[in-house]
Amino acid sequence: MMRRLPYLLPLIVLAGLAGYFWSGLGRDPNTLPSVLIDQPLPELGLAPIAGRERGLVTADLKGQVSLLNIFGSWCVACQAEHPFLMQLKAEGRVPIHGINWRERNADAGPAWLTRLGDPYTLIGADPDSRAAIALGVTGAPETFIIDAAGVIRYKHIGPITKDIWEKKLWPIVERLRRG
Amino acid sequence: MADRRAFAARLIGALLAVLLLAPLLATTASAVEPDEIAADPAIEARARAISKGLRCLVCQNESIDESNAELARDLRLLVRQRLQAGDSDQAVTAYIVSRYGDFVLLDPPFKAATYALWLGPLAITAFAFGFVFVFYRRRAGRSEAAPLSEDDERRLAKLIDRNDP
Repeated sequence: MMRRLPYLLPLIVLAGLAGYFWSGLGRDPNTLPSVLIDQPLPELGLAPIAGRERGLVTADLKGQVSLLNIFGSWCVACQAEHPFLMQLKAEGRVPIHGINWRERNADAGPAWLTRLGDPYTLIGADPDSRAAIALGVTGAPETFIIDAAGVIRYKHIGPITKDIWEKKLWPIVERLRRG
Repeated sequence: MADRRAFAARLIGALLAVLLLAPLLATTASAVEPDEIAADPAIEARARAISKGLRCLVCQNESIDESNAELARDLRLLVRQRLQAGDSDQAVTAYIVSRYGDFVLLDPPFKAATYALWLGPLAITAFAFGFVFVFYRRRAGRSEAAPLSEDDERRLAKLIDRNDP
């Protein structure tokens, strides 16, 4: 066996690489790991959207576990996720705050929420992507779980579904609440 | 016949020349739009240089300087605004890396997490050369045949005799 090792080695290396690449085939290259996990929220000072009095500042996200959802009226996946956010709001499980990202027309976001319903406790407007970039956002929707100290604990990329909520996000919220 | 062959040779020569020279002429088109360009040409030049080293997070194989994605545009504007506010080139790049991670750099930094990336190919090449060296040394050693015994010599002489006409 030891004498054959030099001849078998390339085969073993090949098998290892093949396994590694095979497992990589199933991964979505768009879901990049966030470097902001376990980092405090960046300084946010977002103006309110039309029709609301309050915007969103970093201090608003402290005191209790909450979700921070990036959305836009131009984003199709946000519309797909929207009914589930309405359901979460109706169940009153966790406050959902929103960042209304990159609306070219300031009335588009409010009109979208009037038409579909408004699941958000507080909303900040981010027309020029300052907040989105500060949060390392690559696309919408993205949802952050923020703990009571205002630290980012998790980032979900893409729409939240019932399955993802029950298996991933809700257990994290519960764990953070226990402290 | 000779004419056709000369023509074919000239055609192949021309095609080769085009193939070899084309990369020298190629430049990537910038996606920077007129309304984004900074008023100060020095800042614009610095912004272009920074943008060329930053990956577009939407298209991933383009720099933000080349990408038409909206996020790339927003990042280009952010780079220019930060430069106008007095940030150094390093500070602007460091800010974007702090938000998106090293992945955003098209030229990955040399540090503990990327040693495998930078040194891996060298290590594999060194290993391959070492393997070939040892393999041939061992084979060369084995080919030194043992001297013939007296018995063998006698048999060999008989065989040669028999074959001589």
